[in-house]
Amino acid sequence: MADLMKVTIDGITVEVAPGTSILNAAREIGGDIVPPAMCYYSKLEGSGGKCRTCIVKVSKGSEKDPRPMPKLVASCRTTVMDGMEVQNITSPEVLEARSGVVEMLLINHPLDCPVCDQAGECDLQDLGYEHGLQKTRYEFERRTFERIDIGDKIQLHMNRCILCYRCVFTADQITNKRVHGILNRGDHSEISTYIQTAVDNDFSGNVIDVCPVGALTDRTFRFKNRVWFTKPVDAHRNCTHEKCNGKVTLWYKGEDVLRVTARKDQFGEVEEFICNECRFDKKATSDWTIEHPTHISDTSVIASNHYETFKPLPVIKENPALQQANKVELEKTSKF
Amino acid sequence: MGRKLLLEHINVPGINTLEVYRQKGGYRAVEKALKTLTPDEVVEEVKKSGLRGRGGAGFPTGMKWSFLAKPEGVARYLVCNADESEPGTFKDRYLMTHIPHALIEGMIVASFALGAKTSYIYVRGEMMPQIRILEKAIAEAKAAGWLGKNILGTGYDLELYVQPGGGAYICGEETALLESLEGKRGNPRIKPPFPAIAGLYGCPTVVNNVESIAAVVPIINDGGDEYAKVGIGRSTGTKLISASGNLVKPGVYEIELGLPVEEFIYSDEYCGGIANGKRLKATVAGGSSVPILPANLTLKYANGEPRLMSYESLSEGGFATGTMLGSGGFIAFDEDQCIVRNTWNFARFYHHESCGQCSPCREGTGWLEKVLHRLEYGHGKMSDIDLLVDVSKKIEGNTICPLGDAAAWPVASAIRHFRDEFEWHVKEPVKSLSSNYGIANYAVPIEKKVEEVKQDNS
Repeated sequence: MADLMKVTIDGITVEVAPGTSILNAAREIGGDIVPPAMCYYSKLEGSGGKCRTCIVKVSKGSEKDPRPMPKLVASCRTTVMDGMEVQNITSPEVLEARSGVVEMLLINHPLDCPVCDQAGECDLQDLGYEHGLQKTRYEFERRTFERIDIGDKIQLHMNRCILCYRCVFTADQITNKRVHGILNRGDHSEISTYIQTAVDNDFSGNVIDVCPVGALTDRTFRFKNRVWFTKPVDAHRNCTHEKCNGKVTLWYKGEDVLRVTARKDQFGEVEEFICNECRFDKKATSDWTIEHPTHISDTSVIASNHYETFKPLPVIKENPALQQANKVELEKTSKF
Repeated sequence: MGRKLLLEHINVPGINTLEVYRQKGGYRAVEKALKTLTPDEVVEEVKKSGLRGRGGAGFPTGMKWSFLAKPEGVARYLVCNADESEPGTFKDRYLMTHIPHALIEGMIVASFALGAKTSYIYVRGEMMPQIRILEKAIAEAKAAGWLGKNILGTGYDLELYVQPGGGAYICGEETALLESLEGKRGNPRIKPPFPAIAGLYGCPTVVNNVESIAAVVPIINDGGDEYAKVGIGRSTGTKLISASGNLVKPGVYEIELGLPVEEFIYSDEYCGGIANGKRLKATVAGGSSVPILPANLTLKYANGEPRLMSYESLSEGGFATGTMLGSGGFIAFDEDQCIVRNTWNFARFYHHESCGQCSPCREGTGWLEKVLHRLEYGHGKMSDIDLLVDVSKKIEGNTICPLGDAAAWPVASAIRHFRDEFEWHVKEPVKSLSSNYGIANYAVPIEKKVEEVKQDNS
């Protein structure tokens, strides 16, 4: 085992193994300094480098060669060097470039969040809130495509796609058969299947989970509900598929399971890919062993009217000492 | 008369055949390199020559070769980038059409220097005649024993293949070229790793431009030091310039680097001046992706010194008042040309050719094109001009490969130098459709600044 490398991101130093990317080093630190990632997916080999939202400034290359890197680099595909110093949110240059990237991602995006199933758990929506302008400077017709169904369970809504290639890598690496790729070039590029072939294999449903936007949606869940009205619960079952361990998140509305997804970690990446049987066919509580409510970050809209949110008792409202004691919890209640 | 190293025998009838090429001293470099030099000595000669990549970036070729990783038991490849598709550049096509053996000879020497047993020439798909010419020339060379097993009895084996591309501009980017050569979609790879470490099929690979490889031949024949004497400063040797636009004699010229730009445009030996007795308005000095310059800055630096055709001199003044030699696609515009239309045309090209892999380039190039189209056709607004500058700034430097920069620079530079013409298009939307802005004061000679002589009182 080689020595750990010391890397400083926005003034916070962390020691990571050689070969770690800047993004993953930042994820070890956690918090606000983690660059957003729209295309990088730690479980998919070769992903990353495309969306350019994770760009950061390397102000010091390494201990040996302290020169800064001439351009902003994609943190997901740049490996750390010993003594490297990185600026993310402390650099106005990075923030400006990132808001430029977000603007580019949004110019051809239909902005149909009110009717999009992904709304509420959409990475692009989050980025838009954080970096986007209120008004677009793009005054032309947006690029449009026809919606197509790829398989009986998945719908492709190409208008919303940001061409992160995650689903292509998923189709390539998780599933056995590659029937799914990119057609055409430039801004006419589209995700498609091989001449209208349906994507048909046991793990195809995972392309829905990896999609950072609402381009690939679950047809069994389409227009059923807004995600923030549903309650996520971790559950498992004894899946008979050899590659699937049956660990999922169930999304409840009342007593009904509206949708089943893989479990996602704090960076929105699935922990383990699940098979289509678990995802599409098992939608009764009796199919599952319930574990516990899924932890949802306080910053997510899904947590806004949620059971995990602290509802202060009337007595707290009048007692300063109790308010002081419950300060953190009270801040959460006032956030939204 | 400038020295010719590549195109010396270009007018000899039948120079495209092995027989005539051999009579004119062809394949001497192969004999010399394989029989008397070691691979490292060949690399050393190229390093000494100071040859810089002729494809556009101008990276020293010898240095590139010496970076090639040489792990035991792993094949190494040399790939010739003949995917020449930059608007305004046609030198490689000319070279391949008329003296294909110069390229093949260079490929043999370069492959020997790098220890490559298999080499590829990746030719742009539209150049079907050139692909046929190269294949024929390779067959001739192979029949004569210059290629194949045990060349000249030295024990060195080399197979040379021509691979037609699909005609995409992006496949001229070296990693996209390698992807395409492997049979995949031509998307640029994310660097690092660089091709010198992991290139074609994951093996160490060198990708060189046609002209760089052909230039190895005179370097080996005459020695690197001799080659370095031609040219000026760090810009050594000769360069093929594809001159096009409103010139009396457009065409491919071989120049010694360091030739004054003024002489290149106006002397009868080269372009012979501007066609139809008009005046020069602007030039693009190195293919469509380099910044456009008004006539006065093309001929002189901002301080009044004459500008030369060399890597350093053309980029003198940075992007504020300079440009780049690029791939040598020299486009001249006379006083009747519309800069807005030209910029739109370039933007349209980059929009069409963007691979769509990374967001700023995919979305930004289309945006630039649409705004420029609006300006050109009289629907523009004053704010569009600043919008273009801002969008090009957000593309530049934030993309995987240099195509984003190449799309952004022409737009940014056109606005930098020709802002009044863009404004005229907004103010006179009807007039700008039927007439053009003219030369304005773009050709007004730059005042030579008189350097203040310091009074020495002591």
